[in-house]
Amino acid sequence: MRPEQTRSRHARAAYWRGLRDCVPFIIIIVPYSMLFGVVARDAGLNLLEAMSMSVIVIAGASQFTAVALMQEHAPVFIVLLAALAVNARMAMYSAALQPHVGRAPIRLRAIMAYLMVDQAFALSIREYDDHPEMRLREKLAYYFGVITPACGAWYAFTFLGAVLGRAVPPELSLHFAVPVCFIALVAPMMKSLPHVVAAFVSILSAVLFADLPYNAALVVAALLAMIAGARCEVWLARRRVMA
Amino acid sequence: MISDAMFWGVTVLLGIGTFLIRFSFMGFLGNRRMPEWLMLHLRYVAVGVFPALITPLVLWPDATGGQIDAAHLLGAAAAVAAGLWFSVAGAIFAGMGTLYAVQYLQSAF
Repeated sequence: MRPEQTRSRHARAAYWRGLRDCVPFIIIIVPYSMLFGVVARDAGLNLLEAMSMSVIVIAGASQFTAVALMQEHAPVFIVLLAALAVNARMAMYSAALQPHVGRAPIRLRAIMAYLMVDQAFALSIREYDDHPEMRLREKLAYYFGVITPACGAWYAFTFLGAVLGRAVPPELSLHFAVPVCFIALVAPMMKSLPHVVAAFVSILSAVLFADLPYNAALVVAALLAMIAGARCEVWLARRRVMA
Repeated sequence: MISDAMFWGVTVLLGIGTFLIRFSFMGFLGNRRMPEWLMLHLRYVAVGVFPALITPLVLWPDATGGQIDAAHLLGAAAAVAAGLWFSVAGAIFAGMGTLYAVQYLQSAF
């Protein structure tokens, strides 16, 4: 087989691996996106408006925030500030992905940025860290594999929720699938002391700063955790040199 | 009622703002190498963000009106255990299964 063929075969395999890895996460996307469809219609938005928001923004938590504040007739500036603050974490995703995909053509990077949901970042960064030998094409293919079911389901089930006007019944407690899925993603990342320390600082800070406005606890906790992880790594390396 | 102008203004600006946040480092830095100290910190983005995202959802779920609840705590513990040793699907089964079981016991007694 020519090298070119091998490469495209590897990329295809990476795409399907990404797609498969994302499938369990549909369990959180379905109830969440349907609920957005319902909440948007209840707020008096029509089908086109509900769909437009999901397609233009594709960021669930900030869409809920924006709709709730618009209903309360908050000033545009406040609505935007609050909704964008919810998405601030994605700047950190973007920074963490840059060393892996920064060499891709700008058009592709723009599409990746538009589609950057939590699952896309979390699954991809885990895959890239676990497989440092992956080539750029495979990394991109994996990312788009994850995105396919994630964003497809996001659009489709916002539509269904908005049309039916009905969400997944709350008795099913599917709200709990959100933390459970992310726990499932993060648990295998606890592979070194600095990772454990960072996660611990993250949890502790989330509790300590829970009352900060504009979702700031998340960003503060993440930054403190990153510093803690980095300091711990440096400290371990120094100790190894001294020993 | 949300006015048309309000809705479209917010949606378009929120869309642009969110895109710029997502595009930021990945888009504008392109192929440039980030300084070593920044790369060191970026290794901990995922373990920094997700535990803080998960914590309030487990401790103060909207479904209980923000009250701490045994079913959610035990479900999360089961998901951590299953996530460490099995797979994503395993963690979902363990977490949701534990939640349902404890909720059933809570309603039965």
